[in-house]
Amino acid sequence: MSFVKLTASALAIAAVSATAASARDQIQIAGSSTVLPYATIVAEAFGENFDFPTPVVEGGGSGAGRKKMCEGVGENTIDIANSSSRIKQSDIDLCATNGINEIMEVRIGYDGIVFASDINGPEFAFTPADWFSALAAKVVVDGKLVDNPNKTWADVNGDLADQEILAFIPGTKHGTREVFDKKVLEAGCKATGAYDIFEEANDGDAKKAKKACHALRTDGVSVDIDGDYTETLARLEANPQAVGVFGLSFYENNTDKLQVATMGSVVPSTESIATGEYPVSRPLFFYVKKAHLGVIPGLQEYIDFFVSDEIAGPDGPLAEYGLVSDPELAKTQEMVAAGTPMGPLN
Amino acid sequence: MTDASTPETSPRGKPSSSLLRQDARTKKRNASEARFRTYGAVAIGIAILALVALLGSVLYNGSSAFRQTFIALDIYLDPAKLDKDGSGDLEKIAKVSTFGYAPLIKAAFEKEFEKPEIGVEGLKSKDAAKMISKEGPAELRRYVLANPDMIGETVRFDFLASGRIDGYFKGRVTMESAERDKNVSPQQLQLADQLKDAGLLRTKFNPGFLTRADASENRPEAAGLGVAILGSFYMVIVVLVLALPIGVATSIYLEEFAPKNWLTDVIEVNISNLAAVPSIVFGILGLAIFINFAGLPQSAPIVGGLVLTLMTLPTIIIATRASLKAVPPSIRDAALGVGASKMQSVFHHVLPLAAPGILTGTILGLAQALGETAPLLLIGMVAFVREFPAAPPEGLFDPAAALPVQVYNWTQRADPAFVERASGAIIVLLVFLLLMNAVAIILRRRFERRW
Repeated sequence: MSFVKLTASALAIAAVSATAASARDQIQIAGSSTVLPYATIVAEAFGENFDFPTPVVEGGGSGAGRKKMCEGVGENTIDIANSSSRIKQSDIDLCATNGINEIMEVRIGYDGIVFASDINGPEFAFTPADWFSALAAKVVVDGKLVDNPNKTWADVNGDLADQEILAFIPGTKHGTREVFDKKVLEAGCKATGAYDIFEEANDGDAKKAKKACHALRTDGVSVDIDGDYTETLARLEANPQAVGVFGLSFYENNTDKLQVATMGSVVPSTESIATGEYPVSRPLFFYVKKAHLGVIPGLQEYIDFFVSDEIAGPDGPLAEYGLVSDPELAKTQEMVAAGTPMGPLN
Repeated sequence: MTDASTPETSPRGKPSSSLLRQDARTKKRNASEARFRTYGAVAIGIAILALVALLGSVLYNGSSAFRQTFIALDIYLDPAKLDKDGSGDLEKIAKVSTFGYAPLIKAAFEKEFEKPEIGVEGLKSKDAAKMISKEGPAELRRYVLANPDMIGETVRFDFLASGRIDGYFKGRVTMESAERDKNVSPQQLQLADQLKDAGLLRTKFNPGFLTRADASENRPEAAGLGVAILGSFYMVIVVLVLALPIGVATSIYLEEFAPKNWLTDVIEVNISNLAAVPSIVFGILGLAIFINFAGLPQSAPIVGGLVLTLMTLPTIIIATRASLKAVPPSIRDAALGVGASKMQSVFHHVLPLAAPGILTGTILGLAQALGETAPLLLIGMVAFVREFPAAPPEGLFDPAAALPVQVYNWTQRADPAFVERASGAIIVLLVFLLLMNAVAIILRRRFERRW
């Protein structure tokens, strides 16, 4: 009896699924949680202004999104992968083995990474060297490498507040961490002269020296946050003497609770990031599976709409939310309209 | 027992203690009992305290999600902006995007500023227009497309106020915090107070929280649970339709018909094992079988329902078998004795008597499925979905969200207004769970028979 029912329902499911598999009319997007808010804003406006259904946008992380996109061609695979870092060769290879040879790379703008502390605490004006000296496992004292002895920000730099060092930085699974490693720790490593000593110790191996620069102290002063920025904010509220790392858009939505620190005496803002003055930023991308253009209704319209001036321009809703508009947006628009696939990674 | 109650005897054979005077051992036993009672009371106290704290914080944060601030404005549907050549051609009107409707709201504020009692120094109409939710222009556009002949008229709209203005009337935003906030200024709050005095701004019950779709981070005030409630409902229906017949059929066969041998023993053990499998494992299974192998669409309630069916089946089977076992054998024997077949005895006598227990188990299983998030993560249901799924059966294949997933989504958003909405969604979820559990209790109370 149960066997008969089981087979019957399995058959029914299979039958319906066969008909359903050929009828997807909405765009499906997955990937970076940093790009997610921007993608939802665009998806919402797209659904309102076009006769196509609102695209479905999923988070899950940049790497997961790209992998999902490269699963294959067909209606039960996603069309667009959002990504807060550039696609990797391994992703392109995975795509190629699954029959996806043409991918469009669309840069939507830049995201700033800011250092913020509790609004009632002291103000901070950092340099990358301060952060390296505060958080690195080994720092240079009198020309020699020693275990990091610094306890307060004033130990690091006499101009900073005499406050204990406690930093909430993104965990290693985040794309933000990569930018932090590269643009803050490495820059600070070089500025303090530690890089040269690391390089010497590793017989001139730049890769190993950089890795040594990224090594953080493990005495609880630097705390990895594996969740999202809401978690960092909650931890900061519990420990008001700490400094946290946030995305610019998150900070701009919580300016009543957070005060932002300058980096190299530049205040982070959409303008200072667009000009490149503020050093800690990164481009944001989405990747489109070209084989789905013309198959999934509205896909071409969606990507045209995404990079249009009224959305991604400096006065559009994305910039209002905290995206730093791309100065070369016109070039991207041309590329999207022409449907040019990306070339090999350089 | 005996040595505990044996009294010490005096030389004359009389007990040295009396019932009125406790000896040391009795005192010790009484004390240990009293201690145990205190432990129990403390344990219950901690549990109640935890529950009160949890419910209290959810209700405190979330009850405001059901109320929302609205601003009433007279909008002049300007033909120069909406229907430039005056043709009334719907296709041309549809070309005007929501960005083209925003100036109408600005113009409406300019008109309000002509009134003597309204207007704040240093506040431009452009900034005043930001007090209206970004949903406003979209609402206008929908209205104009539905009623193109109203172009040129002045219509009163009840717009949602932006999240920060709403927060001001709910105590989340203050004049001091507005000073430091980039998204709202003290002047805007002053204007909001004036509008309130003029009767244009009101905070009232917001049915949209239950009926609207999710919204992007730019407009938390417009976000609702509509798609999530519908998605959860579809999934529960799928679970009910699949898990109840399969579960009951399995239990009846195993309990009444199956021969007792090593194979049925293995099956029994494995059903119990299955009930203990972490739910995320079912999600991985669902991704591999239903999406990658069977080709079912992502983010669809049917896939969520199938995954949750697998998860709920063991619960239902175990509950059903327990209630079948509880029916005394005399009922079966009597039925067989008057000449009924085995199947007749089961379906005419045993099953009806076991039904309340089966239903209770099923409802508890469904409640568990309703609150489940982990397996849905893997099948693409943790997504931003704004389109309502169609009516079943086609709608089962459309993308949808689910209630617990919506809670998870909202807690991750940057705008503080989503905190209240996440708590509000928890309240809605809890109300559904309470209702289902209440139905289960009523069924059990009314129909259960004990022997």
